[in-house]
Amino acid sequence: MRPEGNTILEVQDLTIRFHMRQGPVTAVDGLELSLEEGRVLGVVGESGCGKSVMSRALIRIEAPGTIEKGSVRYIDRDGCEVAIEKLDPAGRAIRRIRWKEIAMIFQEPMTSFGPQHSIGAQISEAMELHGILRGRDRQQAVVAALESVGMPRPTETAEQYPYQLSGGMRQRAMIAMALSCGPRILIADEPTTALDVSTESQILDLLRERQMALGMSVLYISHNLGVVAHIADDVAVMYLGRVVERSPVRVLFAAAKHPYTLALLRSLARVDRDIPGRLEVLSGGLPDPFLRPAGCVFHQRCPECIRGLCDRVVPRWVRLDDGSAVACHLYGGDHA
Amino acid sequence: MSATSAIAAVRTESHSASQWRLMWLKFKDHRLALASLAVLGLFYTIALVGPFLAPYDSWQTSPFAFAPPAKVHFFLPGHWGRPAVYGMKVISNPKTFDRITLRDRTKILPVRFFVRGSKYTWLGLIDSNLRLFGVEDGQINLMGTDILGRDCFSRVIIATQISVTVGIVGVLITFVLGALIGGASGYYGGVVDNVMQRFLEFVTCVPTIPMWMALGAAIPSYWSDVKVYFSITIILALRSWTGLSRQVRSKLLQLRDEEFVVAARVAGASDSRIILTHLLPGFASYLIVSLTLEIPRMILGETTLSFFGLGLRPPTVSWGVLLQDAQNLAAISSYPWLMFPAVMVVICVLAFNFLGDGLRDAADPYKE
Amino acid sequence: MLNQVYARATILSRYVLKRLLWASVVLVFVSFFSFLVIQLPPGDFLDSYVETLSRSGMGVDSAQLASLRHAYGLDRSMIVQYWDWVTRFARGDMGVSLLYAKKVNVVISERLPWTLLVMITSMFLMYLISIPIGVYSARKQYSTGDFAASIVVFLGMAIPGFLLSLLLMWLVYLVFGISLGGLQSPQYMDQPFSWAAAKDLMWHLPVPIFVVAVAGMANLIRTMRATLLDELGKQYVTTARAKGLEERKLIWRYPVRMALNPIISSGEWLLAELFSGDTVVGIVLGLPTIGPVMYRALLAEDMYLAASCVMVMSILTVIGFLISDIVLAFNDPRIRLS
Repeated sequence: MRPEGNTILEVQDLTIRFHMRQGPVTAVDGLELSLEEGRVLGVVGESGCGKSVMSRALIRIEAPGTIEKGSVRYIDRDGCEVAIEKLDPAGRAIRRIRWKEIAMIFQEPMTSFGPQHSIGAQISEAMELHGILRGRDRQQAVVAALESVGMPRPTETAEQYPYQLSGGMRQRAMIAMALSCGPRILIADEPTTALDVSTESQILDLLRERQMALGMSVLYISHNLGVVAHIADDVAVMYLGRVVERSPVRVLFAAAKHPYTLALLRSLARVDRDIPGRLEVLSGGLPDPFLRPAGCVFHQRCPECIRGLCDRVVPRWVRLDDGSAVACHLYGGDHA
Repeated sequence: MSATSAIAAVRTESHSASQWRLMWLKFKDHRLALASLAVLGLFYTIALVGPFLAPYDSWQTSPFAFAPPAKVHFFLPGHWGRPAVYGMKVISNPKTFDRITLRDRTKILPVRFFVRGSKYTWLGLIDSNLRLFGVEDGQINLMGTDILGRDCFSRVIIATQISVTVGIVGVLITFVLGALIGGASGYYGGVVDNVMQRFLEFVTCVPTIPMWMALGAAIPSYWSDVKVYFSITIILALRSWTGLSRQVRSKLLQLRDEEFVVAARVAGASDSRIILTHLLPGFASYLIVSLTLEIPRMILGETTLSFFGLGLRPPTVSWGVLLQDAQNLAAISSYPWLMFPAVMVVICVLAFNFLGDGLRDAADPYKE
Repeated sequence: MLNQVYARATILSRYVLKRLLWASVVLVFVSFFSFLVIQLPPGDFLDSYVETLSRSGMGVDSAQLASLRHAYGLDRSMIVQYWDWVTRFARGDMGVSLLYAKKVNVVISERLPWTLLVMITSMFLMYLISIPIGVYSARKQYSTGDFAASIVVFLGMAIPGFLLSLLLMWLVYLVFGISLGGLQSPQYMDQPFSWAAAKDLMWHLPVPIFVVAVAGMANLIRTMRATLLDELGKQYVTTARAKGLEERKLIWRYPVRMALNPIISSGEWLLAELFSGDTVVGIVLGLPTIGPVMYRALLAEDMYLAASCVMVMSILTVIGFLISDIVLAFNDPRIRLS
């Protein structure tokens, strides 16, 4: 972990909609997010809160969703701003940014690799696309990449096909491929959700080690608060397409502000405390995606809901002294 | 209903509907498939009603050879507002001695409905001579006549009866064969599976039409029409069962090791019970789709075989038999109405294919 | 490095050997069937021969008939007759054709080159056209191109082969005034090769090849479209896109290659269907191929010729199966290593 650096990626007021036969679904609604250089931002939220869609929009693979509003600004190595939301999703500009500047690893290691090409060929392809090395040098770099993620026999693995590797090894190979072009940002979309717990912890350690060694920024998406606590420097909590709270990790776990975050924390089982009675669980369920709530998206399930305010006015961001930021009327969200 | 409550209503319905109701709801959206269902309904109604719709018998000859299709006029003098056709006459060309059938505008024949024509037996059960329409003192040939002066319209109606039912009967046989062999193969596995697979592969190695032709040629000429009909359907089915059998087998292999089957076996259910009550409902919809898509193949097969004289034989009429009259360029250019059975074939086959596609999309739970 | 090449070669050859073994088993079954075809009509070869003789005015009395029967071995048991026929067939002796008054293997070998010409060009055309159209249809669903592709699909699906040949023949006659029978105009038949003859062939080839290919095209386009649509939603496509691959390259390198699997395996029965098409088109257009010969033989009860045609077509189909299996193994490493 490094001290607060420069902002390297800034998302403002991002709105992404899916136009389905039954009507439009808003997956991401006026989302605000920023990523600092060299730090790990964990994004937490329930399934369906839009975190995957948001992450895909960062490299413009949000299709079939469409970005209807907002901006995604990337500050490149020379300090120039790139308006990613304005780039053509099939154009050369965004393709140059993909992988080389912003790389991504996905949730499904079993299906992330093309089944008919060897692992080495696919990693090499990534390097070739971004003009990194040639011929024998590249081959050696592929093997080195596999070695750096802890593959036991990297030279052999490079010749193997995806179906010959286990889930954990495939995810390692995926990480090797993602880091092969030396990206400044790594987006990790629930990379350990499909793995068993011990493999998960190995992958997490690997990611942290690589992040520190390379000084990368990481956007780590998960629905698991425990994982996020392990790996993140800052945490953003998402609900129904919006970020409701963002804090440095210690602050979040020690002094969460937003009622949703508090509810999530209360529902965690903890080893260090005795919990009287049953675990607290949030009442109700996610609202119908076709029928978004007015005002604060959380008001229908919020125990602190203020009638007349929370169900009508969308709360704005408020930055607080301890480094956290929250969108809630309890903290004066009705005036910026 | 407001948009939101409409959405809510649909979603509640789909939460609580059975598998078949869900399929029907999805199917309704597929307009092409619905239209095909209507078209096929028409075809099969024609097949059911049969001779009633035809003014003449299929073998009834007349002196009016190669008569062009009769136009129904509604505004002829003396018959305003009511349908009527012109009569016909035959002229010999004095130089070539060819006989040509022409319209005789001096003779006007009013079209009457629910007339008494020649006798027929409906579905082999009821004798009748009631025909939907006809004329007196002449002929009405809505689709013209052929070389022997036989009414093409009547022949097409009767041919429809035969051609569309061949598909159904054939598919039933296909189903029995395919389900038995594929089922045994997939369920028992091992040696049984191996042998049956080799057998299946052999069948698919022999090209379809040559195989059908060879078997069709083997039908003795002295067999009765009914025997020939059933032999043809069996011959067609001998090839079709392979597709179904493969599907059944692969699904069974997939499902055989699923836990609910193991549970049933542990609970003491017999093999046949497992297959029938536990496994079959799971892929019944796939079976239906397969069968629906086999029918047009059989219809095409019968049409082709009959066209080449190795399928159904005169006096039996099917679309293929009728098309034998349209075998060469001279016939098609001079008497294009002989091609009408071809239109029926194409529409029928297309309708079945669209229907099958619609059913397949409706049965797929993952399709949007 | 050399080790790997050697390892891959042995795996592939083991696979090929397995398939060859399978092919032999299937061919045995096919020979049963072909022999059955010979035996199906009432009476046997001699009865037909006697018919032919008596039609030209010569008679055979019953004693001669009995001794002829014995000489030809037609009074032996079915199994012995089968064995005799199969072993002779394997050596190339396929019997005599009454219809053509020649040895069967001569009749067939005269037509084999033409058959192969029509088959191979049809297959080539089929794949060449169907795969890009299928890919295009999947990528640009509901566009005009997709619609046009659907028309081709319908043509192939719904119009019987004989009908399509008739219609096209008629159309060509209307537009070009040429009557397109056979594969060569009469003046070039049995003549040595010349450029004029080749040009004449070019005129005659398109209609038969198109009709033969179009039914297969319909299926291929639909398969490619459906499989590709399936594959396009899969994770590895997203990964490739996220890597920065161009959309077009991405589609051909990953999902299309996957979609080729069912295409290639459908190639197995495709060859059988091509022979069906060849038979139908061949009869209508009078092509010098094997299918129509079989048809004429069946009508004339020339059973040895008919059965040999069936056998030859099946052998070629089995070879087609083998080739497509090998191509499949090349395309998908999972298959050759299983």
